[in-house]
Amino acid sequence: MRTFSLTLHVWRQKNTKDPGGFVAYKVPEVSEHMSFLEMLDVVNEGLIVKGDDPIAFDHDCREGICGTCGFMINGDAHGPHRGTTVCQLHMRHFQDGEELWLEPWRAAAFPVMKDLVVDRGAFDRIIAAGGFISAPTGSAPDGNAILVPKPASDRAMDAAACIGCGACVAMCPNSAAALFTGAKIAHLNLLPQGQPEAAARVVAMVGQMETEGFGHCTSTGQCEAVCPKEIPIEVIARMNWDFIKASADKREAKSRGD
Amino acid sequence: MQLDAKVPSGPIEKKWDQAKFDLKLVNPANKRKYSVIVVGSGLAGASAAASLAELGYQVKCFCFQDSPRRAHSIAAQGGINAAKNYQNDGDSVQRLFYDTVKGGDFRAREANVYRLAQISVNIIDQCVAQGVPFAREYGGALANRSFGGAQVSRTFYARGQTGQQLLLGAYQALERQIGLGRVTMYPRTEMLDLVLVDGRARGIVTRDLITGEVASHVADAVVLGTGGYGNVFYLSTNAKGSNATAIWRAHKRGALFANPCFTQIHPTCIPVSGDYQSKLTLMSESLRNDGRIWVPLKKGDTRSPSDIPPSDRDYYLERRYPAFGNLVPRDVASRNAKTVCDEGRGVGPTGLGVYLDLSESIGRLGIATIRERYGNLIDMYERITGEDPYKTPMRIYPAIHYTMGGLWVDYNLMSTIPGMYVLGEANFSDHGANRLGASALMQGLADGYFIIPYTIGDYLASTKLEKVDAAHAAFADAERGVKEQTARFLASDGKRTVDSFHKELGRLMWEKCGMGRTATGLKEAVVKIPELRERFWSEVAVPGTGEELNRELEKAGRVADYMELAELTCRDALARNESCGGHFREEYQTPEGEALRDDDNYSYAAAWEWKGTGQEPALHKEPLAFEHVHLAQRSYK
Repeated sequence: MRTFSLTLHVWRQKNTKDPGGFVAYKVPEVSEHMSFLEMLDVVNEGLIVKGDDPIAFDHDCREGICGTCGFMINGDAHGPHRGTTVCQLHMRHFQDGEELWLEPWRAAAFPVMKDLVVDRGAFDRIIAAGGFISAPTGSAPDGNAILVPKPASDRAMDAAACIGCGACVAMCPNSAAALFTGAKIAHLNLLPQGQPEAAARVVAMVGQMETEGFGHCTSTGQCEAVCPKEIPIEVIARMNWDFIKASADKREAKSRGD
Repeated sequence: MQLDAKVPSGPIEKKWDQAKFDLKLVNPANKRKYSVIVVGSGLAGASAAASLAELGYQVKCFCFQDSPRRAHSIAAQGGINAAKNYQNDGDSVQRLFYDTVKGGDFRAREANVYRLAQISVNIIDQCVAQGVPFAREYGGALANRSFGGAQVSRTFYARGQTGQQLLLGAYQALERQIGLGRVTMYPRTEMLDLVLVDGRARGIVTRDLITGEVASHVADAVVLGTGGYGNVFYLSTNAKGSNATAIWRAHKRGALFANPCFTQIHPTCIPVSGDYQSKLTLMSESLRNDGRIWVPLKKGDTRSPSDIPPSDRDYYLERRYPAFGNLVPRDVASRNAKTVCDEGRGVGPTGLGVYLDLSESIGRLGIATIRERYGNLIDMYERITGEDPYKTPMRIYPAIHYTMGGLWVDYNLMSTIPGMYVLGEANFSDHGANRLGASALMQGLADGYFIIPYTIGDYLASTKLEKVDAAHAAFADAERGVKEQTARFLASDGKRTVDSFHKELGRLMWEKCGMGRTATGLKEAVVKIPELRERFWSEVAVPGTGEELNRELEKAGRVADYMELAELTCRDALARNESCGGHFREEYQTPEGEALRDDDNYSYAAAWEWKGTGQEPALHKEPLAFEHVHLAQRSYK
């Protein structure tokens, strides 16, 4: 088993109001089999024993599905390994003596709460605006009464795989939430069950995205590159198409006086 | 205390219909006058909060995560069972009921399990309507797969992310209600006490995990959907934040805790790699459909798996259980893995592992089919271990995964505290001594979507509740208790971290109360745990203050509860002088090494009453009658 040493430069910030700054930590014995977060656990154990404040970072399932974890490692959201959340990033991908800079997601819509922890409540509000199919409990027909062509179901699932971690926003030079929002719209609007609310959904969700202070998409593709679930950027094109169509239909309906 | 399960009379297939007729209703216009607190936002909590709000109740929902979408239901991989019989392969409500009672080794309440099987079909309908992207056939119909403990294909799935997709369905329904102003959501907020007024649950005390503010929330009823307590073992497949604090503190307020020793060890997890290990990762047991499990025939065979010819391999599950083969229930698969490793035939650097080999299925079905079925699981394995399962067998070993025990509830899911309901993994009701795969998601959603909306109305309609506000002395007392505990932790000048104590407790539990348990070992544990608890309180180091985001303080509170719950778990295991399901007492086994039940003496749910720290808890028994599934030694041969 290979062990090696690293230097971490970690963003430390006591709370939302504190300006914050980098603090350096030497990590002497890193095992190649550790996950990145287990390496931080070891650093924190050392800090606590010395009476220092441990580094705060969000995490929960540690198997890449809950979407809780995430920070920048040397400017990459979730670090250098593609298709991987930081909890599933293992130390075997790093070399002895490396210097790593850890920073929180940076976006106006994601205020820093402490150290590497940010507030992603804006994502929930985008879903609350329209990221659902209204199907009150008890009102559903038999499951096989709604046939869904396999290709549509598979594409919906590709988009539904989004874990809501926020890496797309963090990596985007405009801090846009287009990949996140587009993924949910694609998931629901590709399915027959999603059709009755398709137009209202895209208008409401895009509106909320702007209200929250996310930037606009300029198709740089950074989001797709860092997405741990490899959500394709096509979901943004689909969102734009659905949005334009819904807006045009709305205007037409208005001019007809519907 | 006399436990009344309130099971309706009449034939089993009519009980739920009868109950729904007998349960009192709250008039639609009156529902908005009632407030309900839902703690937890996983499948059980989110589905309950959304459904209750749709009915018109005022709902407050709490979760410790930063968003309700992150509850640990999200990590369930394999699927959800339902008795749809879409495959025309002989499934029925009766068969799902039978499989679940038998799989639970005859320690569940029949009436609850029958209802669960009945409701299972509605869950699939509900989830499809919400847009859950279940796997489909080319004709557009829903697809199914088979799972451990069953001989029909009744498991619905969304790739290897079924829990994620079901949770997102429930979360989206919940967010819709939040957007409509019918649910107030409190993320990053932890319940630290339950408040009783006149013997009824009337609210909770919480801590805001960002600001540290301690607050009281009043309601007419409280619903806990806070998950299981597997993290008492430290290493488990649970999320790091999953904890027992809500149910434990409710237990200390009077809710009986049933069958704590019924803990499930999942057979297919990635083995431990070192001391820094923070959690264990599950590989869905659906892999057992296409993976063959084996170890070398001879002890100490250190050849690489590809150099071991078939004649030198032991496919021990296929050999011992020809009818079910690799698809035996979880408890049986786990115990057999332990046995072959104890014999010195385990694989990998620690010798604590067995092979799960996909090569034959890859040869038969092609790599593309295997990738489509399990791609995300295989990728995850590769990321963690650095090995490629398409080329070399995966190494797996059992790990703590699920807890069948939990707070005791009656047929209406009400605990022994009037007005407090418990749903999903947090209760004890449906899985007996062992849960079958793909049944946890089913139970969580049955409880939240289709049971609590009926049963809570009966309580509210038939109970005269006094007006109470947060100024009531009971809330002030509970807040004081919470603040005192925080102050005690922060005042400690100890030098050991919370995690170091948690790991020590976990090792003790795994050794004494894990896959094999003995009276001698459990008696030792019952002495050692209180000693460890004493040291924890005097030596633990908790930095920082109570008025900020302080993860060590959060963890300290949870570990304090585990220190008490662990003792109860061992006492329960010691008191149950039989083996059943996940509870394997080495003294009680058949000549073939299978679990040997003692139905004459232990056919009951053990419900424990809290008597104070360091005091022996009191045992109350709910007798279990098996009128529809006849008691038999389980056989998967």
